[in-house]
Amino acid sequence: MKLTKTLLATTALTVAAGMVSADGHMSSEMTIVSWGGAYSASQKGAYHDPYAAANGVTIINDDSSAEAVAKLRAMSEAGNITWDVVDVVAADAMRLCDEGLALEIDPDTMLADAPDGTKASEDFGDLLVSECFIPQIVYSTTFGYRTDLVGSTAPTSVCAVFDTETYPGKRSLEKRPINNMEWALLCDGVAKDAVYDVLATEEGQQQALDKLATIKDDVIWWSAGADTPQLLADGEVIMGSTYNGRLFAAIEEQKQPIGMLWDAQVFDLDGWIIPAGLSPERQARALDYIMFATDTQRLADQAQYISYGPARKSSAPLVGKHKTLGIDMAQHMPTDPNNAKNTFLYNYEFWADYRDDIDAKFQTWLAK
Amino acid sequence: MSDSTANGLVLAADGTPLKRSLSRSMRRQKMRAFMLVAPLLIFVLLTFIYPIGVMLSRSVQNDIVPETLPETVRVLGAWDSSSGDLPNEVVYAAFMRDMSVAIKAKKHTRLGSRLNYEKTGFSSMFRQSGRKMKKLDPVVDAPFKDKLIKIHKGWGDIETWKTLQTYSGLYTSGYFLNSVDARMTPEGMAWQPEDKQILLKLFGRTLVMSLIITGSCILLGYPIAWLLSNVSPRSANLLLILVLLPFWTSLLVRTSAWKVMLQQNGVINEVLVWIGLVPDGERLILINNQFGTIVAMTHILLPFMILPMYSVMQTIPPVYLRAAKSMGATNWTAFWRVYFPQSIPGIGAGSILVFILSIGYYITPEIVGGTKGVFISNRIAYHISSSLNWGLAAALGTILLIVVLALYWAYDRIVGIDNVKLG
Repeated sequence: MKLTKTLLATTALTVAAGMVSADGHMSSEMTIVSWGGAYSASQKGAYHDPYAAANGVTIINDDSSAEAVAKLRAMSEAGNITWDVVDVVAADAMRLCDEGLALEIDPDTMLADAPDGTKASEDFGDLLVSECFIPQIVYSTTFGYRTDLVGSTAPTSVCAVFDTETYPGKRSLEKRPINNMEWALLCDGVAKDAVYDVLATEEGQQQALDKLATIKDDVIWWSAGADTPQLLADGEVIMGSTYNGRLFAAIEEQKQPIGMLWDAQVFDLDGWIIPAGLSPERQARALDYIMFATDTQRLADQAQYISYGPARKSSAPLVGKHKTLGIDMAQHMPTDPNNAKNTFLYNYEFWADYRDDIDAKFQTWLAK
Repeated sequence: MSDSTANGLVLAADGTPLKRSLSRSMRRQKMRAFMLVAPLLIFVLLTFIYPIGVMLSRSVQNDIVPETLPETVRVLGAWDSSSGDLPNEVVYAAFMRDMSVAIKAKKHTRLGSRLNYEKTGFSSMFRQSGRKMKKLDPVVDAPFKDKLIKIHKGWGDIETWKTLQTYSGLYTSGYFLNSVDARMTPEGMAWQPEDKQILLKLFGRTLVMSLIITGSCILLGYPIAWLLSNVSPRSANLLLILVLLPFWTSLLVRTSAWKVMLQQNGVINEVLVWIGLVPDGERLILINNQFGTIVAMTHILLPFMILPMYSVMQTIPPVYLRAAKSMGATNWTAFWRVYFPQSIPGIGAGSILVFILSIGYYITPEIVGGTKGVFISNRIAYHISSSLNWGLAAALGTILLIVVLALYWAYDRIVGIDNVKLG
């Protein structure tokens, strides 16, 4: 009799554990949305696997970050949110926050302190660009060039992109105004501090487009981050913009003859948001995961897999060697002092306002 | 079995008039037929027609403005925007009350992104003002006019209030105007500035290029379909597999393969340079332009042309051609006067399929189209997934749907839809 009771009790517990974990407040399954490819692999190695091993959680990966904003909006309207933690760029996090689709985060209570006791809000500092955004990495959009096709003098300035006399050949740029407009103004003599003031005016937008028009016939426009490394590898272009991690993979992992042009790289942030309106169990699980995955050590661990800089100041000294290549990762980080001599920080407020307006002009200009 | 009564009514066996009895049994039959298709009908209604209808209705919906700012919209209606004066304190106080409710519900930033589609700058204005207005009390801190203008100078700009007044209705024609390169201003309809006129151009390009793609599919598909229906069944099966093989391959793979073929260091250019037809310095530009889109899409859509053509041609008896020739027709006359007219239903069916598919194509133009080979669907995709301007995307989609239906109607009038056969 007693045995039956115990058996029943354990069965009940096991069944319950299937839905909520041992502490009874968190779901035992979570869906994490990210970008796929090498980036998701780095998150799996640094965050998912250790977290799943320590907590007995099943993690389902969904590579939908590129359409995350639209899909989350649709899910929220349908009243059925199937995602627990979503990896998005900061601009998208801001829009999700504006739309009320992401949970507001209090960094000091919801995120881990640095090992020396520094509060999370201070450790992340300026990178907390939105109330809903939990920064993870700093990446940059920058240029790579074919070392064997640019002649005897390798480019050192971003303006080499606009210099078709010294560097004849095709270049690849992203098929959207963001970053391109800034680089164009910068190379048209506008001071770095004044770029966004100029870009806010009709004349400034025209000035940027006119500068881009000088190389329009030499540009292949890309829309996927993998395009530029491929175009460089095929010799279709001699230089092109893309995310620095993609160039790192092409240079160090695939041994392509590509050099990094770090000048005027545009810093951007990528990180997590938690969708608003999750059930308490799922939200608790998502917050628990975030607390773990964004602590100082974990952020530094991710840099063993991919050359993106950890978003915490306290993680920087912990960045070690690449997991399989064994090379020192610090020098490949966009934030490394040697690479960050001349940088640009993506202006979120500006682009939130001007994105649609300038994009319409940019696309009209492209179609001309 | 039936009898005629005195007044001429035909009666059924049970004495009811035959007409009624017949219609009753017909009705029962119709009901039974309807019940058989009902599950599918309900499924299609619920999962296809209804969601599409909801999506398309977004093209006129504007309830976010009157719902977020109910009082402001009401009192702003009395304001004369042409007076050149800012609205009075009543409007500002109503706006403050509406906003403090909206800020608590975190709806003000959403309104900001909605209005930013109409006037650049609203997004940050609502976000920044929201942070500061949170600290004000809508009763104690009155009056608000100067306080709000101090919080953000945009509230002192007459254009801000004009925009709010213009877009205060539950419904708006703004999205439809936007989708034909026009916009709604406080003074009425106006064209977009020239450097923002893109959508009409894209509609035109989509139609013209879809026609070219349909045309090249007919030219390439017709001989293959003819061959398929005129060789032995064994060879026809083999050929059919060759036609279907690319059909079973992923769309992305096929499009990427065209990239490898057509790029400047790609297979075609390398061969041309190697045989000396093209000098090394002047390699042909075959991709990232309209040519690339036409080539790749013709290839991808070709099976949709060949299959209906083949199934129609199969039914044309070969004896007709022989009969024509035996009566003295040349090969060409026999083909053109006897065979071709009978194959038109296949061409019609294939053309409609290919044209409608290509008009909504998105992924291939995105990959190989460069800047001049992209379609209107690429803009729709941008507004759905990047700019989140679903109203505009819905308006563009509605217009595209109407254009397709209009063309279908025109086709029916000119060629006749009975002349379309899939087999």
